[in-house]
Amino acid sequence: MNADERHWLVRPENIRLLWRIFIAVLAVVVVAELPLHGESHFGIDDWFSFHAVYGFVTCVGMILFAKLLGMFLKRRDTYYDD
Amino acid sequence: MIESFPPGLVLIAGAALLPLARGRARDLLVLGLPVLTLILVWAIPDGAPLHAQFLGWELSPVRADALSRLFGTVFSLMAFAGGLYALRQASTLELTAALAYAGSAIGAVFAGDLVTLFVFWELMAIGSALVIWSAGTSTAYAAGMRYLGIHLLGGVVLMIGVIAYVHATGNPTFDELTHDGMGRWLILAGFLVNAGAPPLTAWLPDAYPEASPSGTVFLSAFTTKTAVYVLLRGFPGETVLVFVGLYMACYGIIYALLENDMRRILSYSIINQVGFMVTGIGIGTPLALNGAASHAFAHIIYKALLLMSAGSVFHQTGKRKCTDLGGLFQSMPITTICGTIGALAISAFPLTSGFVTKTMINSAAAEQHLTIAWFILVAATAGVFLHAGIKFPWFVFFQKDSGLRPPDPPRNMRYAMYIFAFLCIAIGLYPAPLYAILPFPVDYHAYTAFHVVTELQLLLFAGLAFFLMLPWMQRTLTITLDFDWFYRALGPRLAYAGTRAWDGTAAFLSRGTRKAGRGAFGWIQRHHGVHGVLARSWPTGSMVLWVGVLLAAYLVFYYV
Repeated sequence: MNADERHWLVRPENIRLLWRIFIAVLAVVVVAELPLHGESHFGIDDWFSFHAVYGFVTCVGMILFAKLLGMFLKRRDTYYDD
Repeated sequence: MIESFPPGLVLIAGAALLPLARGRARDLLVLGLPVLTLILVWAIPDGAPLHAQFLGWELSPVRADALSRLFGTVFSLMAFAGGLYALRQASTLELTAALAYAGSAIGAVFAGDLVTLFVFWELMAIGSALVIWSAGTSTAYAAGMRYLGIHLLGGVVLMIGVIAYVHATGNPTFDELTHDGMGRWLILAGFLVNAGAPPLTAWLPDAYPEASPSGTVFLSAFTTKTAVYVLLRGFPGETVLVFVGLYMACYGIIYALLENDMRRILSYSIINQVGFMVTGIGIGTPLALNGAASHAFAHIIYKALLLMSAGSVFHQTGKRKCTDLGGLFQSMPITTICGTIGALAISAFPLTSGFVTKTMINSAAAEQHLTIAWFILVAATAGVFLHAGIKFPWFVFFQKDSGLRPPDPPRNMRYAMYIFAFLCIAIGLYPAPLYAILPFPVDYHAYTAFHVVTELQLLLFAGLAFFLMLPWMQRTLTITLDFDWFYRALGPRLAYAGTRAWDGTAAFLSRGTRKAGRGAFGWIQRHHGVHGVLARSWPTGSMVLWVGVLLAAYLVFYYV
């Protein structure tokens, strides 16, 4: 199958384009917070781009924690059939 | 008359007629009964119009207020869309069981007393087990047995609790359960079993994905959300529920991240979402309770939509593992779009139903200054996007090309997805009608600029984490051990070891007694047997000899 026959969404040049759009959108939602002032309940929840950092860091943390837990609790998927 | 008719009974009685109906009559029953039920749900005025006596207690089989009407409404909608989705593909057994199951759930949310609630509670367990079994596979049979075992156990705990509670208070009315004692805690435990709370979380991802494509859709809606309803009614503001809910929210994410089966991913995510609701109930302010109730309403719709799209993939390909799927967006565009709308709604993306409901719970935690709860809820909001919002559509519809090119599913399945996809967006764009039927007056504005921007930051950066760590997310042919290991692996192993030990002991004992018996018998035989010293016969001559000896001795003694 040559590149032209593939769906436009899976062609490498378009995937690169999608990444650029995604990064631009990320930048926009961070910058959009500049003129806004939310109610602060905990001191740091209205820090600039707190939600962006918190969302990224906690998700990386959850993936790593799941990976760690998987080392102990993962079994092949026929485990209960044997 | 119509104002006091128990709305749940319409579906239960109609389910009994379904096996007799054919063709158009069958379609009319499956689609018409939920509509009739919805009309009845809204025809009942506030209050308890029916009364009955049972063992000297005053029962109210029907009681209506905003909360029961809210759940009755979404259950009727669910029965309709689920019936449409199942109409051409599901067996009559499954449809009958599903309608009776939906009717029992509606009966439970309109039950005015604990006894009626218990009856419908048990009917739900039976109906849902039948829905699982009607998939007809051996794995479904085994999973259904485990499912029923857990739910009947939960039912027994609930019954003991109800008896203890009514005995202590003398009043079976089901309102907030304030009388502290054993009964209250046992009722709470019975309710939590159905919510999928720890430690008995595993029944849900174990059983639901074994049902048919439509069966899983029905199952996702009623049992856990009836549990949310009874917790809202009986235990608002119960602090324990905050911790239980936060645990469930995190548990669902971590296990879903490790899972490979697409419908098990979505099952874990049910526990995660119910965790948000349970936390809201534990917080207990009007905003939090409204959030929990409205989130249950929105959740039923988007979760059913997600499972409809996953069920469509399973129906069209016969495959259910992420490792076997991928690239399906090319030939199943409708399923991809509907599944993605469901995924955005569950992630609480702005303009979808999840955003206008879930953020109420998070805001309630912030307003109460529950620091730990708020930070966990916000992290879990990001985590939902990770495990359900991106992971499910990415691995099923995109990622590598599996080479599969199945078409979109049949018409009735597509129409059901259209209805729920429409509702996910409609509620998100215009939440006022939903807010109007919540139990408390709503003074909440989801669409402030700060809310929208921070939510987008949270979700999009969670998405960034997903794609940057994609190599870590690749699926493997594995499952993750859970609490069910205790009754699926440890229990049988202990039972096997116990049988072996017993067999060994029995063999040892029987060998020992046989040996001892043989020894004792041999000793007796030696002395008393046919040839034994004490039993053998003696010749006459020897007796004469001994008599002669005795007489001689007598003579000797006589002369001396």
